[in-house]
Amino acid sequence: MKMELIQPFINAADAVLSQGLHGRTKVNNLTMEEDAYRRKGVAGMIALTGDIEGRIVLDLEPQTAVRVASHYAGAELPESDSLIKETIFELANQVVGNAISALNDQGFKFRVHPPVLLTADQGDGSSEDVEALMIHFETAMGDVFMNVALRHNPQRMKEHAVGA
Amino acid sequence: MEQFAPVKRSKDGQPVRYLIVDDSVFARKNLARMIETFGGQVAAEAGDGLTAISEFDRTHPDIVLMDITMPQMEGIEAAERIVQQHPEARIVMVSSVGYQENIVAALQRGARHFVQKPVKPEVLYEVIKYVMGEDGAVAQSAGAGA
Repeated sequence: MKMELIQPFINAADAVLSQGLHGRTKVNNLTMEEDAYRRKGVAGMIALTGDIEGRIVLDLEPQTAVRVASHYAGAELPESDSLIKETIFELANQVVGNAISALNDQGFKFRVHPPVLLTADQGDGSSEDVEALMIHFETAMGDVFMNVALRHNPQRMKEHAVGA
Repeated sequence: MEQFAPVKRSKDGQPVRYLIVDDSVFARKNLARMIETFGGQVAAEAGDGLTAISEFDRTHPDIVLMDITMPQMEGIEAAERIVQQHPEARIVMVSSVGYQENIVAALQRGARHFVQKPVKPEVLYEVIKYVMGEDGAVAQSAGAGA
């Protein structure tokens, strides 16, 4: 997977998390995921279609998710509160929105699909043409994981080449 | 959250009334908290563009904070429809999708301004003052009139 596709997502996550959680975030680790994706806790997935296609998962361990959602809500939330899921969805939306804004200004066109909650413990892994990258962010409120699996849409790239 | 000098309506010194439109409950709550710190009042909330139109007709807010990507009807279309019926409507688009094409489309179809998520309170506050223009006044202290 080309780093030029990933970097805007890392930058966006860094900006969204550090601003929202009022503290520095650190990219602790960046690894290729070859096996099936294993959910860590509350995970929101956003699919992208268009010139670049794939999905982004924002995944927070349960206690981190509660702390983050409580921080935004300005009150202690119980683990079962629906606002926790909403918070993760909105954070994922902000990360993806900011990243695709940067990519769109470079000429890539997308459709962003609404976030969905990942409930299965295990999801898709890498495939021959879609590699998944896991980015681990350390924040003041705990660990946040972002799994990015994207590829150029070959059909759309052909159309662009013909149109050029 | 930081407190700001209240922005009031010049004509009657009352708080500025807002319609918040976003399909995310989390985002609506977050914006409502910011509005409180600006001395404003939430007139209504809506989770999609169609409801936004009916809530605008019902409450006649001073400012609409409108998300773009929403179910049923997206924010840019809702903004256009509101402005067609109410040319005086002050609509600020608030979205995480902030690429140029989107911003230009929103402004061409009647929005007055664009704020990218995550929203910084100090940025939104300045935008509110700008969009209210002479119809808004910054009170000297919390609770003071215009």
